[in-house]
Amino acid sequence: MTTKNLINYENSHNHINSSKIKNANEAIKMKELSLKPLSQPNVMLEAEIITPDNFSGKSVDEIKQLKVWKGNKEVPLSDFFQVEGETTNSPEETRIVIEGSIPKTKRVGEGMTSGEIVIKGNAGMHTGALMRGGSIFVEGDVGAWSGAEIRGGKLHIKGNADNYLGAVYRGEWRGMRGGKIIVEGNAGGEVGEWMRDGVIHVKRDVGSFVGVHMHGGKIIVHGNADERVGAEMTGGQIIILGKANEILPSFRFDEEIPSIEVEGETYEGPFLKFVGDLAEAGKIKGEILVLKKNNSHLIKLFLF
Amino acid sequence: MDELIIKNGFVYDPLNNINGEQLDIFIKNGKIVSEVGADATVIDAKNKIIMPGGIDGHSHIAGAKVSMGRLLRPEDIRRGVRAKTKITRSESGVSVPTTFSIGYRYARMGYTTVFEPAMPPLKARHTHEELADTPIVDKGAFPLLGSNWMVFHYLKQQEIEKCAAFVAWMLNATKGFAIKLVNPAGLESWNWGGNIRDIDTPVEFWDVTPREVITGLAKVNELLGLPHSIHVHFNNIGRPGNFKTTIESFDACRENKNPGVERNQVIHGTHIQFNGYGGDSWKSFASGGLEIADWVNKNDHVTLDVGQVVFSNTTTMTADGPLEYYLHTLNHLKWTNGDVEIETSSGVVPLIYKRKNPVSAIQWTIGLELLLGIEDPWKVMLSTDHPNGGPFTRYPEIIAWLMSQEYRNDTLKSAHKRAGKRSGLATLDREYSLFEIAIVTRATQAKALGINYMKGHLGVGADADVAIYDLDKESKDPKEIMKAFSNTLYTIKGGEVVAKNGEIVSTPMGRTLYLNVKVDPSLENTMLKEFSDIFRRNYSVNMANYPVQPIPSYLPLPKEIKLDATHVA
Repeated sequence: MTTKNLINYENSHNHINSSKIKNANEAIKMKELSLKPLSQPNVMLEAEIITPDNFSGKSVDEIKQLKVWKGNKEVPLSDFFQVEGETTNSPEETRIVIEGSIPKTKRVGEGMTSGEIVIKGNAGMHTGALMRGGSIFVEGDVGAWSGAEIRGGKLHIKGNADNYLGAVYRGEWRGMRGGKIIVEGNAGGEVGEWMRDGVIHVKRDVGSFVGVHMHGGKIIVHGNADERVGAEMTGGQIIILGKANEILPSFRFDEEIPSIEVEGETYEGPFLKFVGDLAEAGKIKGEILVLKKNNSHLIKLFLF
Repeated sequence: MDELIIKNGFVYDPLNNINGEQLDIFIKNGKIVSEVGADATVIDAKNKIIMPGGIDGHSHIAGAKVSMGRLLRPEDIRRGVRAKTKITRSESGVSVPTTFSIGYRYARMGYTTVFEPAMPPLKARHTHEELADTPIVDKGAFPLLGSNWMVFHYLKQQEIEKCAAFVAWMLNATKGFAIKLVNPAGLESWNWGGNIRDIDTPVEFWDVTPREVITGLAKVNELLGLPHSIHVHFNNIGRPGNFKTTIESFDACRENKNPGVERNQVIHGTHIQFNGYGGDSWKSFASGGLEIADWVNKNDHVTLDVGQVVFSNTTTMTADGPLEYYLHTLNHLKWTNGDVEIETSSGVVPLIYKRKNPVSAIQWTIGLELLLGIEDPWKVMLSTDHPNGGPFTRYPEIIAWLMSQEYRNDTLKSAHKRAGKRSGLATLDREYSLFEIAIVTRATQAKALGINYMKGHLGVGADADVAIYDLDKESKDPKEIMKAFSNTLYTIKGGEVVAKNGEIVSTPMGRTLYLNVKVDPSLENTMLKEFSDIFRRNYSVNMANYPVQPIPSYLPLPKEIKLDATHVA
């Protein structure tokens, strides 16, 4: 694929969801609902109920009475959160602000389709998993499986993400299918496992197996990547601006590319382009692009 | 136990030739009776439909490959979740649901008896353990004998009596209900990495052809006088053009029926949709459903179940190992192969039937062509070959397709255009009546499986398994039909109300139906001597792994059907 083709490819995969939401947010006035964590439970709290879709059309008192699972018991949301603010009838106009860290609260924003969630602290596992639209902003870190199997919307994490960011749940072969995930810190292992579409940005380092089984979409790692980048990938692109610890021997060096453009932003190269994973069956179109200046160790291995 | 009267409902009981008459049903001690006491509980079924409890003659609900499917597809277990109640356990899974979910879901649909059609003999205990964990429904299992070395051995030696003694021993040991053949002789070939695609190719080393296995075991079946006929999954399944193999196999099997049995057929062909393909490649793939239907209309020695495809994300699982491998090479999804001491094989591959996929859409037409094209509903059973054509929970949709031509045509229009071009479905204007629905979901099964004296009807003496549906008997509205058949108003199992308005209200343990076939003891001893000798030389485990002990963890409520075949000597 040439640079020109790359740009076309990018244009054809523009993310309608995020741009739509941005415009929508400008037009409508969001009503804010604040959830102040009182304490965190001793066992995990399953709080997939916290989404704009579930909160819209309910009064504050009704929201307080919504049930969350604490271990094997159902408890009202108000046991763990002080709920205040305004509610609306439409999820698009609902902004949920969680005023603190909730590391033991799982599945916040799971499956949400619109609206906004802001978490002013750390969030637990599965944050924003299965999202279809809207946006989530986390000021701190998130637990494992955040943004798993998302199909649309935007998940922005200021801190670090644990393993399985934007990955797929066990057994499924159709992973992230759209939307955008941005992590400003580090991410753990198996970022974007079985990814099919959408974009993941990790501003710092990622663990091993980034983009494992990837079929489509883009992962941009601004820092370094650990071992086995793109293992068993058959499509999509992994771009590494830092150092890739290794490129698997089942990848082939394709060409050198001067610069690439992703979502309107140009990254100056030159980049080394690898195609693989050739150990897989069928048509192999997976691409790993690594910045040449940070990856001289690969030149030795693949080019000579 | 409570006495019950179901009053004023419209009764559809094909085995007793009752077609929508308003009758009262009396239940006492788990049986249908002619009258009950004055203080019996009354269920008012005015303007409702009453049918005998449904019978599924072919549904993969327990055993080695079902467990393998659950392991292979954790993503399926995430779907279909329903919280536990005071009475029920939690449910999960759609195409490979948990054992408990299976029992509850069948009961909600008004089904009360289910047969697991592929039990590897050495996994009989495992199968029965899972069946014991499947609540409410009565059940049975068919041991796989179509690629068994002892069967080959005796057929080759033409010692049909010894073969019968072996089959009888196997049915007794595994607590089986009927003889199942999967890809006869082909699975032996799979042990060498091959397959057999037509019925006259002999298997390596044994030099036995599928034709010989089918006719041989049919002979054995009739010699023993088993309630069901042989239950055959034909060779060359899942390949374009295989409808010819189906007709050849049906045609090959014209053994004389044992006069002692009531059923009409000597061979039951299973999930014929998968064996009803026309064309000669995937490009020219077409339906062969009407060709088979035509043939079946002219021949009376067969019954079949359709294995209807419904558009769904499902799991294919079969004892046909080579088929699953072939499927994996087509759809590139995950695959697993199972082997049980090379007596039989198995495989599992996920599959998604999409409306807009030409092959899926044509497959969808074939089952309906069979159901609509075969004039006599007593020859055909409704099934999806759960979960191969789709989960059994989608039966109401099939019923709606059968009862409403309009709904069928709407679906045909929404499907890939090749479905209309390469099948004759659009030309079929038949619409099933409720009476015919009752035949293909209950009565055919009861008769063909030889349990029509106790199941599948509402005459005096029958098991009190009753389904009451909330449906206007003149209704042709597909939505109403689907709603009514998805959740009964009442399901009564063994005289007890188990489901009400789609909620499970009690979870009694179902019975396990199995045969106890007695053959001449001296013949059995001779056979056992030879069997144990061959077994010891060729197997890696002990023969004591076969027998399922009559203990509650395997057979919590045994229902033994005794057969005297001592004339076999």
